[in-house]
Amino acid sequence: MPVLNKYTVNVAIENKPSIRDPEGETILRDLMIKNGVTQVRKVRTAKLLELEVEAKDEAQAKTITEKMCSDLRIFNPVVSLCKITVTGEAK
Amino acid sequence: MKVAIAVFPGSNCDRDTLHVLRNVVKTDADLLWHREPDLDRYDAVILPGGFSYGDYLRAGVIGAFSPILKQVREMAREGKPVLGICNGFQILVESGLLPGALMTNLSLKFICKWTTVKVESSRTTFTGLFEEGALLNMPVAHQQGRFFIDEKELKRLVDNDQIVFSYSDAAGRKSEEANPNGSLANIAGICNREGNVVGLMPHPERASEPILSPFQSQDGLLIFRSMLNHLKNA
Repeated sequence: MPVLNKYTVNVAIENKPSIRDPEGETILRDLMIKNGVTQVRKVRTAKLLELEVEAKDEAQAKTITEKMCSDLRIFNPVVSLCKITVTGEAK
Repeated sequence: MKVAIAVFPGSNCDRDTLHVLRNVVKTDADLLWHREPDLDRYDAVILPGGFSYGDYLRAGVIGAFSPILKQVREMAREGKPVLGICNGFQILVESGLLPGALMTNLSLKFICKWTTVKVESSRTTFTGLFEEGALLNMPVAHQQGRFFIDEKELKRLVDNDQIVFSYSDAAGRKSEEANPNGSLANIAGICNREGNVVGLMPHPERASEPILSPFQSQDGLLIFRSMLNHLKNA
């Protein structure tokens, strides 16, 4: 049996670029622009799931997470995409 | 004829729907806990409104993986009537029984108001008794009801006559003002290709008795009666 490590995996679920994001638009318009922050041109919000995944290495942690995200509809493929990042071994 | 109403943790329109079926439409109906499904004995199933699993992750997605959905899929495949109201519609979309997605309203607000809804298709199991173009008064109450689908799929919905209800004004125009949540093409409800699976955001069970409506609307009743009529003739 290979030794399994625990990895921290971040899953960011966000709307596809072509899909409007009213929450991001509101943060940009009503919080940033109305308070004088003119350098920020665009805001897109996302939902972040931080997982601890048992796997033999980072690559496997990512593969397990990718399959799970697709099988359990963690993101809705019609309107969203998810970005999976292994940030390192969990402490 | 017997109708099942699925109950999830967080459903809150299950009893209203049961009341309308039993006491107004006067048909046999039961509440069925989602973990102990026994749909074999039923001719139709309704997924009611509410907030199954607290709308966690996305409205409807966790309910879409619950045990009763396996049997709902089976009934859908057999051509039996399947109706999703509000959260039930969200579950049907998340389970893939209906296409598209229901996203957060453009206003980001929970919207609870009476809307005018136009019947776009009378070919479905739940709209057979309506005239196409009929205008109904029904309330909506949701935060994630903005229907979206990509252009190619929208064309498919139109070509296959799968748009069942749309938000309109009193003259039947699908105007922006009449669209409460920013739904694409003012879509309020759709069906599968066969027309036996229908989902809609407005609540017909809240528009089934005059006492509950400022318009004395009973417009929702005909959705349930169409289903029974279909079963009678099947």
